Amino acid sequence: MSTPRTTPAPHPRGRRRPRGATRVPAALLLPALLGLAFLVLPLLGLLIRAPWSALPALLTGPEVWQALRLSLISATAATGVSLLLGVPLAWLLARTDFPGRRLLRALVTLPLVLPPVVGGVALLLVLGRAGIVGRWLDAATGITLPFTTAGVVVAETFVAMPFLVISVEGALRAADPRYEEAAATLGASRLTAFRRVTLPLVAPGIGAGAVLAWARALGEFGATITFAGNFPGRTQTMPLAVYLAMESDPQAAIALSLILLAVSIAVLAGLRDRWMSTP
Amino acid sequence: MTTLDAELRVGRGAFTLDVALSAQPGEVVALLGPNGAGKSTALRALAGLLPLTDGHIALYGEQLDSPADGLFRPAEQRPIGVVFQDYLLFPHLSALDNVAFGLRCKGLRRAAARAEALPWLERMGLAEHAGRRPAKLSGGQAQRVALARALAVRPRLLLLDEPLAALDARTRLDVRAELRRHLAEFEAVAVLVTHDPLDAMVLADRLVVIEAGRVVQTGRPAEVARRPRTDYIARLVGLNLYQGVADGRRVTLPEGQVLATDEELTGPAFVAFPPDAVTLHRHRPETSARNLFPCTVAGLDLHGDRFRVDLAGPLPLAADLTPTAAADLDLTPGTRVWAAVKATQTHAYPA
Repeated sequence: MSTPRTTPAPHPRGRRRPRGATRVPAALLLPALLGLAFLVLPLLGLLIRAPWSALPALLTGPEVWQALRLSLISATAATGVSLLLGVPLAWLLARTDFPGRRLLRALVTLPLVLPPVVGGVALLLVLGRAGIVGRWLDAATGITLPFTTAGVVVAETFVAMPFLVISVEGALRAADPRYEEAAATLGASRLTAFRRVTLPLVAPGIGAGAVLAWARALGEFGATITFAGNFPGRTQTMPLAVYLAMESDPQAAIALSLILLAVSIAVLAGLRDRWMSTP
Repeated sequence: MTTLDAELRVGRGAFTLDVALSAQPGEVVALLGPNGAGKSTALRALAGLLPLTDGHIALYGEQLDSPADGLFRPAEQRPIGVVFQDYLLFPHLSALDNVAFGLRCKGLRRAAARAEALPWLERMGLAEHAGRRPAKLSGGQAQRVALARALAVRPRLLLLDEPLAALDARTRLDVRAELRRHLAEFEAVAVLVTHDPLDAMVLADRLVVIEAGRVVQTGRPAEVARRPRTDYIARLVGLNLYQGVADGRRVTLPEGQVLATDEELTGPAFVAFPPDAVTLHRHRPETSARNLFPCTVAGLDLHGDRFRVDLAGPLPLAADLTPTAAADLDLTPGTRVWAAVKATQTHAYPA
């Protein structure tokens, strides 16, 4: 909003002070700047100490490429699974009313705050070879999830899907349910109305949720290493590779970190309209 | 055969709707009533968006809702078209795809649905806007797209919820005339919900006036306008209305006042007269008018080029004056005046 020049500001002091400038007490400014430095300096450090000249060689090394490829594939697969299961789940939470819905919603969002390692342990207990479901799965189909690439996807989905569900549920709640009624009066079944009216209306929310879920899956460490282990080429994703490289080859660790940083910045840029347009 | 035969009973806590509705082919019925009267509930029940708690809805002899038989056909299985108050055009679809939506739901492929939808837009004079998204349409255009979308599925029952309420006054006039033309061409039954008496009178063949969930009057618009039976309708059509007991050419009101009329009646009766039949005088006039009442001015309001004077007294009434007459009388709230009404200008009819 701009202040029209011809009309005097209603408050006499407002005229002398440039618009937007507020006097900041030092007691707030100092910790604020410290906080800023604390958040930004490590990222700068990463950029300053990056072995820029050796970077091409490092990044094209087979281990890095392997980890990057696995990370991209498993994060994308986890996002796909999250979309497939999470969008209908979000619809159920937003559009239906049943006893215990609030409790269910709380359970769905629990992995958002649960330490990922705990998630990994829980997954092992359920889907492990001797787990409640895993035993049955092994006996019936011969499939075992732990310590496989599929296990990586499972761990990442567990951690990432709540982000998608929350984002889509919010979009669904904001979308006018009467559009679905209008669709019904035109002969659309509830499924058709969902597919052809509701989904397009909440597409931006689904997109944002998917990007968030993908970014979360890409950075997943705790649940993955617990449930899927750390086997190069099979379950060793980028974050795991970074952690391991820090002990043997710090230069490679920095190079890998740079890639993850670049991805994070890209995600932020992609979501800037949604998340950074707050006044 | 009656095309639409409905007993709409819906209970919602303290509010109950109990409205009988029937219509012949080609008839346009308006549900007219104040806000909260239950008009929208009735429309939602007809549309299948809200199940009845009791009663029934039959269309061309086919039951759509009958709680006693455990039968309820939801909206998507009814041969209906609905024009919603704020149109609810799908914002992500072009005008053409909005109109084609219902046809696609009937199983038509995209190209076929569009080919069938386009003539509907042409009929509405919107062919050149076919590719536009609803956000790029004006209010009047959006209304016509909504009508085309509802008509394109060839409904046997067309439902319109306050179809003109979202339009500004100027657009409203054009769209109302156009809507009237389209409704006249529509062969099946149309039910219109509105709180605007003008919309109802212009668009409908028959009015069903609803107050507090009950039908208070039905009839042809001219009949309802001439012989209102409740204060709500009298106010809508701008008449002074009193209910009393007639004995010859006199109607005695519950509070004891007597109104002289021109019609010979006995028993419970209404008396109505327009505000411009009332003349006001500062002093008790020597007049042939047989209805003469002392009043106090309660309020003044400019209505078009007329002053509407609200009068309190033994007989509360509204009078219309020219601005000159109002100035000559020097009326302000609290002014004591005499109101005169000629018996020949009143209209009495049985209650």
